[in-house]
Amino acid sequence: MYDAGKVIAGLVVFAVLVTLPLWYTDALGDPGYKPDPELPKAEKHCVESREYMKAWHMDLLNHWRDAVVRDGKRVYIPEQAVPCGGDADCTGGLCVAGNCRYRMSLSGGCMKCHTSKSRFCDRCHNFLRIAPYCWDCHIDPKED
Amino acid sequence: MNESRRNFLKVAGASAVGAAWGIPVVSALAKAIKSTPLPANLSGKRWAMIVDINKCKRPEVRRACADACRSLHNIPDIERPHREIEWIWSDGFENAFPNQSNEHTRADLRESDVLVMCNHCDRPPCVRVCPTQATFRRADGIIMMDEHRCIGCRYCIAACPYGARSFNWEDPAPHIKQLNPDYPHRTRGVVEKCTLCAERLAEGLEPACVEAANRLAGPGAMIFGDLGDPNSAVSQALRVKTTIRRKPSLGTSPSVFYVV
Amino acid sequence: MLEKAFTGSRRYWIWIFCLLALIGAGGIAYLVQLQDGLSVTGMNRDVSWGLYIAQFTFMVGVAASAVMVVLPYYLHDFKAFGKVTILGEFLAIPSVVCCALFIFVDMGQPQRVLNVLLHPTPHSMMFWDMMALGGYLFLNVIISMVTFGAERKGIAPPKWIRPVIILSIPWAVSIHTVTAFLYSGLEGRSFWMTAILAPRFLASAFASGPSLLILLCLLVRRISKFDPGKEVIQKIAVIVTYAMAINVFFVAMELFTGIYSDIPEHMNHFQYMFFGLHGHHALVPWMWAAQLLALGVLIALLFPRARRNEKVLAFLAAGVILSIWIDKGLGLVVAGFIPSPLEHVTEYAPTAIEGLVTLGVYGIGILILTGLYKIAISVREGLQAH
Repeated sequence: MYDAGKVIAGLVVFAVLVTLPLWYTDALGDPGYKPDPELPKAEKHCVESREYMKAWHMDLLNHWRDAVVRDGKRVYIPEQAVPCGGDADCTGGLCVAGNCRYRMSLSGGCMKCHTSKSRFCDRCHNFLRIAPYCWDCHIDPKED
Repeated sequence: MNESRRNFLKVAGASAVGAAWGIPVVSALAKAIKSTPLPANLSGKRWAMIVDINKCKRPEVRRACADACRSLHNIPDIERPHREIEWIWSDGFENAFPNQSNEHTRADLRESDVLVMCNHCDRPPCVRVCPTQATFRRADGIIMMDEHRCIGCRYCIAACPYGARSFNWEDPAPHIKQLNPDYPHRTRGVVEKCTLCAERLAEGLEPACVEAANRLAGPGAMIFGDLGDPNSAVSQALRVKTTIRRKPSLGTSPSVFYVV
Repeated sequence: MLEKAFTGSRRYWIWIFCLLALIGAGGIAYLVQLQDGLSVTGMNRDVSWGLYIAQFTFMVGVAASAVMVVLPYYLHDFKAFGKVTILGEFLAIPSVVCCALFIFVDMGQPQRVLNVLLHPTPHSMMFWDMMALGGYLFLNVIISMVTFGAERKGIAPPKWIRPVIILSIPWAVSIHTVTAFLYSGLEGRSFWMTAILAPRFLASAFASGPSLLILLCLLVRRISKFDPGKEVIQKIAVIVTYAMAINVFFVAMELFTGIYSDIPEHMNHFQYMFFGLHGHHALVPWMWAAQLLALGVLIALLFPRARRNEKVLAFLAAGVILSIWIDKGLGLVVAGFIPSPLEHVTEYAPTAIEGLVTLGVYGIGILILTGLYKIAISVREGLQAH
């Protein structure tokens, strides 16, 4: 190989730069700023656990989309059971056989608890420079 | 460039293209979710509708139907001519039924305006041509739109023999007169049409136009029901009334019947 | 071999620069369309396909026409075409690219185009069109790379390329057949739903594509030392003549069936095109011009003396292309929508943005064509010199 030294050195620099997000925080310490989505005050249980939602909410919404539009099913049965006493315990949902089931809907489900797009959804999305196109069509609740 | 480097690049390129085909395989293997319909959900084998042309003759009746649909579903009011979005609207009898009217058809029928909408055909050409299944036939007979999947190719509009579909040539949001927060609007670049109020059927309610028409013109102005149920209102009405469908010779088998 | 496209005379680079400027203008126009939606075009609720899809339909024909030089050479050992098969394939490649781009710019949600692959739909002709065109592009790239690469090295191409080339022959026919199927399977559009649509498409493709090839051969002879040969151009002209005769005959068949059968629903499309309907007559002058031009060009082409005069032949070839472009583009696509399924007449005219985007797409096609032809010419000139 010609210029082997330069090529390999260049590849190493590239590998370091391209994996930056994976090691930056561990190596240089917490940058201090984290996105701070405002959580609902009243409700304590989400549709699934916080870790699951943080990692998979987009995937879950995709599944919901197909279930509602393509299969005509509008009620979600959570993976992790959420115990309840009556419909009032499951915001926007139904209490069936002692466990919550939720309406699969962005505006009519998620946003019944997470009522502010700007103080919840946008906090992380803006931080990560993501612009999901949900709200091109779906309507977020009016904010005060 | 020497031969081995060229070959390496060729193999790398081909491998990348090959690996890309693994994406749909991986996503198809992703876990499914558990879901169920709402308790009040209306289920049927083949939803159908009967429109009584005579009972819906008055423009107020037809306008009430169209307005109920429009306000419920956030259908925009586009002023620019020929770019309107309509799910249910009125047109002349001779326009809706071009081969079923002649100069001797009784005048009050020939000169009527009738409600036209998606016919939710049993053999829909639009579903046949859609390259992504963004429009598809539900098990209950509704020809549904998946606005998330539509690529806006407008092949379904070319295929529809009834002119039932509309395309969003621009962003509809600024043109929506009164926003209903309980239903999404659409975005530019997708096709939309009547979905037989699938969201109302899910809650145990009949379509908004049927409700509006019957409220203004009395019961029987529009009848909604399950053709698959011999005791439904629609099945019973079809046994006694004389009805026609639009463009029957095309073989699409529409689910919307008209009492003449 | 590709590096030959990046070296050239001053004239070559001026041409490239002009094309890039055209593509840039088209790109800006497309950005406007992305921003404001397809409302910047002249398409409407009744005429929902327009200039873009018309260009797509025309260019599929040009792409398929490479078969007219490939078939005689590879299936019937017609040695004279040996030097032009590469020109045919190098015309097919940018034509297919143009087809794909025209579809892309016509889409309402172009970023979702991969949905066609993520959700394959075998009952949709559009799915098969994407498969057929993609496969044809792949075939032409492989065939031209392998055969021309071998020619440049002065060796025979590997034996396995021959079945691939033979495959490209029915595949070429299939790409335009499946494009015709997009239209001819729609029961709601009586103007398109005719069995003769696919044969018409093929005949017009085999007239217009080789006509373009004739013009390109004459151009190549003018601007370079590579001469495809007078006899080759004459043989292609004979192919164009036969194809044009069949094309005009098919059009006449359509006119007869549509008009003599006297079914209002079928007649009114022809009435709109040639006489106007309900006071709307925007297409009338175009359609008469196209058909009269087609007839005139065909009659002239029947005379060997006219074909042998290369200046006259160039005009006739241009006439073939123009008449078919109007007929297949404006005539076919737009008139299929008029009158609408509800018997209304809504006319269509493209807007400036639509025209600019179209020119931009053609610019990209011509740029690819320029690069490929530069490679072909440079290699051939090099081989001739030895």
